[in-house]
Amino acid sequence: MALPDRDLQAAIAVTRFGLGARPGEIAEARRDPQGFLKAQLRTRPAKPPRAMPLDRTEAIRAFSEAQSAFVQANRRQSPEAQALHPELSTLRKALRDKIQSDVVQRAAHGATTESAFAERWALFWANHFTVGAGNFVRTATIGPFETTAVRPHVFGAFTDLLVAAETHPAMLLYLDQHRSIGPGSALAAQMAGRKSSRAVGLNENLAREILELHTVGVEAGYTQADVTEFARALTGITFRGFSAPERAGETYFRTIAHEPGPRTVMGVRYEVQGEGQSTAILRDLAARPETARFISRKIARHFVADDPPPALVARLEEAWLASDGALDQVAAALISAPEAWAAEPKKFKTPYEFLISSWRATDRIPKMPQELAILTALGQRPFYASSPEGWPEEEAAWATPDGIIKRLVWTESFAPKAVGGRDPSDLAAQALGARLSPTTAKAIARSESRDEGLALLLMSPEFQRR
Amino acid sequence: MTRSVPLAAALLSRRRMLALGAGLGLALPLVGAPALAAAGRKKFVLVILRGAADGLSMSPPTGDPNYEALRRSLALTDTALRVDGDFGLHPELKTVHQLLGAGQARIAPAVAMPERIRSHFEAQDRLESAAGDDVSSGWLNRALVNLSGKTEAEGLSVGPVAPLVLRGDVATSSWSPGRAVEAEARLPMLIQDLYGDDPVLGAALARGLKTEVLAQANIARLAPEGAEDLSPAETARLTRTLLGDSREAADRMGGTIAGFMREGAATDLVAISLEGFDTHANQAGALARRLAYLDALLGGLQSGLGAAWRDTVVLVVTEFGRTARINGTLGTDHGTASTALLLGGALKPGGIIGDWPTLKEARLFENRDLAPTADLRSLFKGVLAEHMGVDRRALDTTVFPDSAAAAPILGLV
Repeated sequence: MALPDRDLQAAIAVTRFGLGARPGEIAEARRDPQGFLKAQLRTRPAKPPRAMPLDRTEAIRAFSEAQSAFVQANRRQSPEAQALHPELSTLRKALRDKIQSDVVQRAAHGATTESAFAERWALFWANHFTVGAGNFVRTATIGPFETTAVRPHVFGAFTDLLVAAETHPAMLLYLDQHRSIGPGSALAAQMAGRKSSRAVGLNENLAREILELHTVGVEAGYTQADVTEFARALTGITFRGFSAPERAGETYFRTIAHEPGPRTVMGVRYEVQGEGQSTAILRDLAARPETARFISRKIARHFVADDPPPALVARLEEAWLASDGALDQVAAALISAPEAWAAEPKKFKTPYEFLISSWRATDRIPKMPQELAILTALGQRPFYASSPEGWPEEEAAWATPDGIIKRLVWTESFAPKAVGGRDPSDLAAQALGARLSPTTAKAIARSESRDEGLALLLMSPEFQRR
Repeated sequence: MTRSVPLAAALLSRRRMLALGAGLGLALPLVGAPALAAAGRKKFVLVILRGAADGLSMSPPTGDPNYEALRRSLALTDTALRVDGDFGLHPELKTVHQLLGAGQARIAPAVAMPERIRSHFEAQDRLESAAGDDVSSGWLNRALVNLSGKTEAEGLSVGPVAPLVLRGDVATSSWSPGRAVEAEARLPMLIQDLYGDDPVLGAALARGLKTEVLAQANIARLAPEGAEDLSPAETARLTRTLLGDSREAADRMGGTIAGFMREGAATDLVAISLEGFDTHANQAGALARRLAYLDALLGGLQSGLGAAWRDTVVLVVTEFGRTARINGTLGTDHGTASTALLLGGALKPGGIIGDWPTLKEARLFENRDLAPTADLRSLFKGVLAEHMGVDRRALDTTVFPDSAAAAPILGLV
């Protein structure tokens, strides 16, 4: 399979593998398009960061305490409730500001980074291990989840990424793991004796999603019994409350909540007890060939085509298996694969990708949460994926009448602010390079204003795709 | 200055869009055609509850002797709206209850798709494709393929993301509340020219602009009586009243969706998705809020459709049910059979659809779930055959591949 000429390769490197071209980026990639991307592969940091930064756990603690004080006073119909309300509002706003700053910072990074392939790769993994928003407390854990559990590992071993993601407080909260208690555990026995009003039992949510979405995939042939056994093994993994005096929000193993006994998952018996049991299962799942196949296909779908070339999937799978899931090796195999460089752009940008690439094309940096508000209307509010499956990948989901109209509306208001005094034809050449079609170039050249020219560029078929 | 399109201009814009559509070789139905074209046209609304809605709470089997023991604190024995000695309805399903009393709603208490799947995403795909996992079109779209030879049936989904059930060979519309676009403005026209060679984007934009014109007329109807030629600010304010999770927003949303189906509007098939039914923990409150939204949405649809309600069938379904027993966290886990609700002025009155398998331990599927007694496809096929007039043979082969064994449930309308 022959590669396209170097000009087109440069445009593809920056727009398909990356997040869209900033002015000058395609010219920079032209010297060595593959090398431009491979230079972005990083190794993981030596020391993993703290899962929940202290200022975050502190903000959550302050908000939660004020909230429960308010709720209790309110329930007693005490006049105190009125007095507590202003403080609660202040703390709620403080926490909301932190969540919004997580979103804006991520978008600003996407809009400005010189390593946009690395950023797309990280976004892929953050979506693979989706944690969706819920109440304020849960939503406030997503930013730290991406920064501390996902990003440090995306060019490292998949098994480390998997363990970090599944045991982060954000994931434990999202998939109800922190509530799961072994029915035969010491804690269950204690609580039964105490006639506690709190229900005690197993919650299978995390176990199921790990098998189905994060590792082997639904076609791997596991059964309901495997899910339940895995859920039993996972009991005990929880995190310290955000108001714990020390080590707030830290994941730990609560032995008394763990279901005792050996477990069998997907035909493998685990005699090891305690914390090591679920870790052993996770490491085995990470190493299974079904995992390599399932995720290789998902990578190919994300980067190249909704229906990816089987040869490409096979290359990724081979790199995965040969390197025991070393993700930098898998990324390198993707960059080297000729199937990934086909001239025709097969991927329709998601709303987030469309916005980031629009900012990059105009050299703008989003600074305010309101600048991202349009993502809600476009169906992709950051952190708010509606299920653990994450955002849809395929064109049919996003290229809808309503979706196109909403992109058009946004473009119409964005273009006048973003174009500055610049020539839209020049912006188009910088944004698309050799991918700019004569039709679009001509339409932009004929536009009656700079605003209109930029709007045509951003709405053009080749800018909407990658 | 961008202005929202007032009603009179909307008609002009529709014609403009028709001309544009013709120029692109698209077969756009006559949206602005006289109202008589739509008189008596059959309407079908599919509401998908995503996340596996708990049928045992939607239509609690209050007469089943095992119900309370299985559900303990989640049992709705005392609070359910009474239907008969066997079943009730969730206290929030007030509109459904009224319709049921009027013979315009029926409960199918134990239905499921044929595959026993416990994954939401795979099960939702199967619910919507009704075919193997290599099929990327939905059954509602394949029904449109069959209908398109006979009528000008049009499909519309609500929301920025197209649901699989309506994806396929026949292009469909989609809409969700947002800022107004002036369909006749220069920029949309120029972009439409740019999309001339693009099979996906060109059709999507043309349909989007067409729907936008209708949407603005619908939203104008939310204004107090007599308000015409709304200011952009007023249009934006009215649009915002459609957002949020309240009963009021749901009611207005239902009314606005009905606007796409009423009178001159050609939409016959609508797909709506509601999320948030995956209640693994603290189920009671979360489910009540979502069912309240559903109920108000259905109420808004009914009142918004007006006289067209008598030609309408609404079907509310979910990908699978939840465990018969309450779990350790005051919720329920992934199960098998669940409830489907059938509503509409076109329905014949009747009791429950399908048999009740009971909650006896020996009857539970895999000793944990309500067992299905009817194939959801039979329900889909019954409605499509007798209400929409989809060809029977097509239903068995192309709309629901290899489904001859799942006979349509007849006599519903």
